[in-house]
Amino acid sequence: MSTPAPRPTLASRRQMLGAGGALLLATFWPTPRQSRAQGASVPAGMAPEQGLLVENAQGAFAPNAYIRIATDNRITLILPNVEMGQGIYTSSVMLIAEELGIDMAQVEIEAAPPGGGAEITGGSTSVMTEWLPLRQAGAAARSMLVQAAATHWQVPVAECTTRSATIIHVPTGRSLPFGAVAAQAATLPVPQKTTLKDPATYTLLGRPQHRIDSAVKVQGHAIFGMDVQVPGQKIGTVAACPVVGGTLAGMNKAAALAIRGVQAVLVNTTNTTVCVVADHYWAARKGLRALKPQWHDGPNAHVTTQTIYDQLHDGLNGPAIVANTKGDAPAVIAHAAATHTATYQQPLLAHATMEPINCTAHVRPDGCDIWTGTQIADRARDTAIELTGLPKDKVHVHCQYIGGGFGRRLEHEYVTQCVEFARQVPYPLKIIWSREEDLTHDRYRPAYVDQMTAALDSKGFITALTHRIVGPAVVARWDPPELTKDGYDEDLSVATVITPYTYPAYRLEFARREAPGVVTAWWRGVGGTRGLFVVEGFIDELAHRAGADPVAYRRAMLAQNPRALAVLDKAAQAAGWNTPLPPGRARGVAVQFAFGSYMASIAEVEMPEPDNVIIHRVTAVVDCGRVLNPDQVISQIEGGLIFGFSAALYNEITLEGGRVQQSNFNTWRVMRMNEAPCKIDVLLMPSTEDPGGIGEVGTAAAAPVLANAMAAAQGRRYRTLPLLSPRNGADHKEQG
Amino acid sequence: MRNPMSFPFISTCVQGTRVKFSRVGGVLSGVVLGGAALLATTAHAHAAASAPSVENGRYLARAADCEVCHTAEGGTPYAGGRAFSLPGVGVMYAPNITPDKTAGIGAWTDQQFVDAVRKGISPHWKHLYPAMPYPAYARMSDAEVRDIRAYLATLPPSAQKTPENSVKFPFSIRGLMVFWNMLNGPAASYADDPDKPAEWNRGRYLVEGPGHCADCHSPRTRTFGLDNSRALGGNVVNGWRAYNLTSDKQSGLGAWSDEALAQYLSTGHADGHGTAAGDMADVIGHSLRYLSAPDIHAMVVYLRSIAPLHTAEDTVDARTPAAGDASLPQSTRGARLYASACAGCHMPDGTGRQSSFGTITGARSLGADNGRNLVQLLVQGSGMQTTTGVQIMPHFAGGGLSERDLADIASFVMTHFTTATPHNMEQAVHDARQAE
Amino acid sequence: MLSLNINGQSHQVDVDPDTPLLWVLRDVLGMNATKFGCGIAQCGACTVHMDGRAVRACNLPVGLIGEQHISTLEGLNPADPVTKAVQDAWVALDVVQCGYCQPGQIMAAIALLRAVPHPTDEQIDSAMSANLCRCGTYVRIRAAIHHAAGALA
Repeated sequence: MSTPAPRPTLASRRQMLGAGGALLLATFWPTPRQSRAQGASVPAGMAPEQGLLVENAQGAFAPNAYIRIATDNRITLILPNVEMGQGIYTSSVMLIAEELGIDMAQVEIEAAPPGGGAEITGGSTSVMTEWLPLRQAGAAARSMLVQAAATHWQVPVAECTTRSATIIHVPTGRSLPFGAVAAQAATLPVPQKTTLKDPATYTLLGRPQHRIDSAVKVQGHAIFGMDVQVPGQKIGTVAACPVVGGTLAGMNKAAALAIRGVQAVLVNTTNTTVCVVADHYWAARKGLRALKPQWHDGPNAHVTTQTIYDQLHDGLNGPAIVANTKGDAPAVIAHAAATHTATYQQPLLAHATMEPINCTAHVRPDGCDIWTGTQIADRARDTAIELTGLPKDKVHVHCQYIGGGFGRRLEHEYVTQCVEFARQVPYPLKIIWSREEDLTHDRYRPAYVDQMTAALDSKGFITALTHRIVGPAVVARWDPPELTKDGYDEDLSVATVITPYTYPAYRLEFARREAPGVVTAWWRGVGGTRGLFVVEGFIDELAHRAGADPVAYRRAMLAQNPRALAVLDKAAQAAGWNTPLPPGRARGVAVQFAFGSYMASIAEVEMPEPDNVIIHRVTAVVDCGRVLNPDQVISQIEGGLIFGFSAALYNEITLEGGRVQQSNFNTWRVMRMNEAPCKIDVLLMPSTEDPGGIGEVGTAAAAPVLANAMAAAQGRRYRTLPLLSPRNGADHKEQG
Repeated sequence: MRNPMSFPFISTCVQGTRVKFSRVGGVLSGVVLGGAALLATTAHAHAAASAPSVENGRYLARAADCEVCHTAEGGTPYAGGRAFSLPGVGVMYAPNITPDKTAGIGAWTDQQFVDAVRKGISPHWKHLYPAMPYPAYARMSDAEVRDIRAYLATLPPSAQKTPENSVKFPFSIRGLMVFWNMLNGPAASYADDPDKPAEWNRGRYLVEGPGHCADCHSPRTRTFGLDNSRALGGNVVNGWRAYNLTSDKQSGLGAWSDEALAQYLSTGHADGHGTAAGDMADVIGHSLRYLSAPDIHAMVVYLRSIAPLHTAEDTVDARTPAAGDASLPQSTRGARLYASACAGCHMPDGTGRQSSFGTITGARSLGADNGRNLVQLLVQGSGMQTTTGVQIMPHFAGGGLSERDLADIASFVMTHFTTATPHNMEQAVHDARQAE
Repeated sequence: MLSLNINGQSHQVDVDPDTPLLWVLRDVLGMNATKFGCGIAQCGACTVHMDGRAVRACNLPVGLIGEQHISTLEGLNPADPVTKAVQDAWVALDVVQCGYCQPGQIMAAIALLRAVPHPTDEQIDSAMSANLCRCGTYVRIRAAIHHAAGALA
C-alpha cells in the first residue's frame, strides 16, 4: 500500500496533475452547495500539456477530481474530498478500483489542489457525490486502456479483460500493464457512454475493506497540517482579542522579543490579533505570555450566555418566517380538544478537534503556498489571492490529513489569519493555535430554542404540528446566496421538515436571532443534530402522554414509510425492546431520516443517581442505501454516537463579559473511554438504493436517543442540552 | 485559574485575637531600633552607613515576597493593582511600588519608604491596612529596607495607576489603624538569642521577619492580629488551609526530615509531602526558591524548634494505593473521573507521571481538613514557578465537570490516598466555587 | 546544551530547560509522530515512553528528563512483539478515523500490555481513559487491545 500522505511541495498545480505522457482523466462531482455554480469553466492552467484531460460529465463543468495513470504504471487518484477520519480515501479507492479493474493497493491518493468550484467536504455528502462519477471515471478509463491495448495487439476489445492494473488478451494470455498503454489511451476520445459493472459482480464494493490510511496513521507517519515541515519555517502562535469585535490596546513587545528564540511580534491589519513568531512553538508561547497583550473589549463586552438565551426565548413570540406549511396547522390546534406544547433549548458548542487549528503559509512576491487541513480548499486559496493580489495560478493550497473536521475546517478564517501574518515575514510561517485559543476562538455551533405544539386526536396522535425555531441562520454568513429570499436557512429543515413522519397539517416557522459576540458555524450533524433532538424528544413526549409504548407509537406514525419502519422494527428486535430490563435500567428510542440515510437507535441506560448516567448499550440499525464499505459505516456510527453523547451530556460554551469561559479539556469535557457505551451494535440493512451519507448520522441520533432513555429512567423530560444541565431539573419535572 | 481577588493575607484583617503590648511602645514612640545584633549572623549584612546594596535589596525583596502582592494577575511586576477582597470590609488594591514619580513610589524619600514598610505609615501619615505585613517587616532594619528601596529603584517605572480602594465604613477611616497598631502593631528587630545557634537566629529572622510566615500560618485574633498563643499552628486563609508549621509529629512538621523540609522550601516539592499549591506555590515560586541554601537551612532549624501544637485540621493518615495504570477500580464515578482527568499527571498511585511535581503521595492536602485544599485545587488550580518552568495544575470547575463530579473526585482521592472520611463534599465544592 | 536520549540515540539540544519534550521532538528534532493536543496533560495525544512508562510529552520539561530514555512512536521497533501486536490489531480492526490521537493511544496501549499482558475491560479503561479521542474510536481501541493481547499469548 502506498502512502496517501500528501507531501508539502512547491509543485504547481499543473505539475501535480499532469504527469508527462500519463492518462489523466478528470471527473466532476457536484458538491452540495454547488448546484448553482452555473457557467463554471475549466480553470486556467487546467489543460494538461501532455496526456489528456477529459470530461465525463455533461456540459460546462469544473473538474476537481482526477485519475492519473502514469506510464510507469502508477495509478493516482487525486481527490478533492479530504480525509478527516470519515474513510473517504478508502471508499473512493474502492469505487475507482472496482470499475477500473485494479487492486486497491495499486492506487495512490493525492489531495487535489483547489479546482474551480466550491470544494467542500461536509454534510455527509462525500460518498453520495462520488458514487456515480468515480465509477464512471473508472469505467471510462478502463475502456480507453482496453481500447489502446486491443489496438496495439490488433484484437477485438471483447477479447480483452483487466486484472490488477493489467490488460489481458484472454485467448492468447498476452498482457500489458496499464502504464504501457496509458500514453496511447490518452489520445483516444473519451467514451460518451460507459457501461458500469453489474453490482452483482462487485468484488470490492459492499465487502468490508481495510482503511488505506490505517498503516501510516498507526506508525505515526501520516502528515497532518500540524506536522508540515517546510524548510526554513518558523513557528508562530496567536492571541486574538478574547471578545469578538475588540481590538489590541497595548502589549509589551520588548518583553516578548527578549524571550530566547523569539523572532518577531506581528499584529494583523485589523488590530484584532497578535502573533509571536519563534524558532519553535514553546518559545513562541513563552513570548506570547511575555507580550501580555491588553485589549479594548469593544461592543460585545457585555455579552453573557444569558444574553444569548434570553434573545432566543424572546423570539418565541412575535414575527417569524413561515418556512414550510401544509394545511392550516394553527387553526387545527386552535380548535383541538387536546394540545401539547414543549420548548427545547440547545447550547453553543465548540468543535474541539483533536488537532488544534493550524496553518502554514509561505508568501513570496511571486507566489504563495499554503499547507493546511481544510474542508474547503477553494476558499483557503481565494482568501490568499485576495490578500496577496497574486494571480490564481500562483497560489497553491496543499491539503493535509485533517485531525478532526466536524465542520470546524469548513471555516477558513485561520488561513486568512496565517496568510496575513506570513505576508509580514520572508520565511514560511506555521501558525499553531494553543488549545486555549482553539476553544475560545472557535466558530461555534449556534444555540437554539425550539417550540413545538401538537394538536392531538383522541388516541394521542398528531393531527397538526407547529414548530418554531429561534436561532441564527448559519448560511447567511457562510454562503449568503443560499439564504432563501425570505431569509430562511434550509439546513434547518433537516430532521424537522424532512422526517420519516407525515403530519396531516404542519407549519414550520423560523425567527432569526443572530447571537451577539460569537461567530456561529457548522458542526457535525448540522441541522440534523439540532432538529432531531427536538423532534424525537417531542414525539417521545407525545407517546408518553398517550400512554403508548414509544416504539409502538412511532410505528403507527411510520405506516407510510417502509424503510423507516424496517429499521425501527429491526432495532427493536435487536435491542430486545420488548424484553425485561435488568433492574435500574431504562431504554429510549429515536428514528431518523437525515443525510439520505435512515436509522433507528435504542439506548439502554442506568442512572444510579439523577445526575449519573451510565450508557450500557446502544443498538443502531442503519439503512444508508447501498453500503460501500460496511465496517466503515459501522465505525462512523460508533464514533458519531460517542461524539454526540459527549456533547449531549457535558458540553455548553458559556460567555462572561463577552469571553468564552471554557478553555481546554479541563473545562471542555470530552467523553472518555470509561464513559463511552460498553457496547454499540450497528446493524446495516441490505439495500440497492443509492448510498446515503453516514458521517453525521450517529451524531444526530445521540442526544435524542439518550434523552429519551434518561426520560424513561427518571420519569421527567430532558428538553435542555446539555442533559445534565440544572435547567432540566428545574423546568421539566412534568412528564408532559 | 487563580482567583485574581484572592490573597493570602486577607485574613490579616478578618481573624485573630490577641496582642503583644510590648511591641506597642516602639511604634508610639516612633523609635525603631536598628537592631545592632540583627544581622550579625547574615551573609548579607553590610555596614548601615554604607550606600544601599541593590543586590541585598533584591534578595530581601524576594525573601519578603513583595512581588506577589504588588503585581496584578498577569500584570507588570511591582506595578500593583492586585485586589484584596475582604468580606465585610471592602476591596483594596496593592499599590504600584515601581519608581514612577506619580503612580509609583519614585517621589518618596527613603525614610518615607522605611516608615511604610516597617510601621505601616505612608507619606502624609496615611496608615496602611495590615494586608501589608509591616508588623513582620519591622523585623528588618532600616538599612535593609533602604536596600529594598534601592532595588525597587532599579525597576522600570510603570505609570499604572492603582485603583481606589473601596473600603466600607468604619474601615475607611485609615486613622483607626493607629488603634490597630497599638494592639497588634509593628514589632521591632529582635536581639539575637545568644543561647541559640547563629543559624537559629537567622532562621527566626527569616521566618518571622521578611518571610512573614505567621501571617498565613498562625491563627488570628479578633482584631486580625496574630494569635501568638498558637503561633504557626495553622490557619485558614482565603479558603485554603495554611498548615501547621509546629513540630507536632502528626499535624505539624515533626515527621518531616530536614532534607524534605529544605527541599520543599527551596523547590516547592518533597516526595512524601506533595507539592506546594495555591498561595504557597506563589511563596515558593517568587520568594523561597531564591533563598540561599544556608538561609533555607536556617529556616529549617528555626521551624523545627517551634514547640509542637496538635491541630486536628492538619492531621491525616496516608494509605498506599496500588501502582500501575491498570490498577484503578472503575466502579465509582470518582474513580472513573480520576482515571480520565487526574491519572495523566498523578498516576493511580499518586506518583508523578511526567515529573516529581506531580507526585502527591503523602501530601496533607489529599485528606486533611475534609479535603479543604484538595477542593480548592480542583476549583482554582495552581501554578508554581520553578527552574523548569511553571508547574501547572489546571482547575476543573466551570465547565463540563459539575460540582458533584468534583466532589466525587475529591471523595475518591481522599479515600484512595488517605484514611480520611469525606463528608458533605458537594457542599464543600459549592462553597469553594462561590468564594471564587 | 541538554543531552537527551531519544529512541536510543543521544541528541544535544539547545533549548531552555523548561521547554516541554513535545516541542523539542516536534520543532527542534522534526519528529512528528508525537502530537500536540492540549498542552496540559489532559488528552494524551503526546504520549511517549520514558523508561518504558507512558508519559505526556507536553508537560514534561526537558530539564527534568536527565538520563531517562525516551521512546516515541516513530522510534519503536516494528518487529518488537508488543509493538507489532498492537499496530497489527489497530489495522486489523480498523481502529483509526482521523488518526490524530492514535499515536498517543498506541503508546499508551503498548505500555499497558507490557505491564499487564491480558488486561480486563476495567484495566483497559483504567489505563486508557486519560487518552482522548474525538472521533469516538474507544470501542475499537478496547477491542484492539484485547486482540493484541490474544496475539501475544
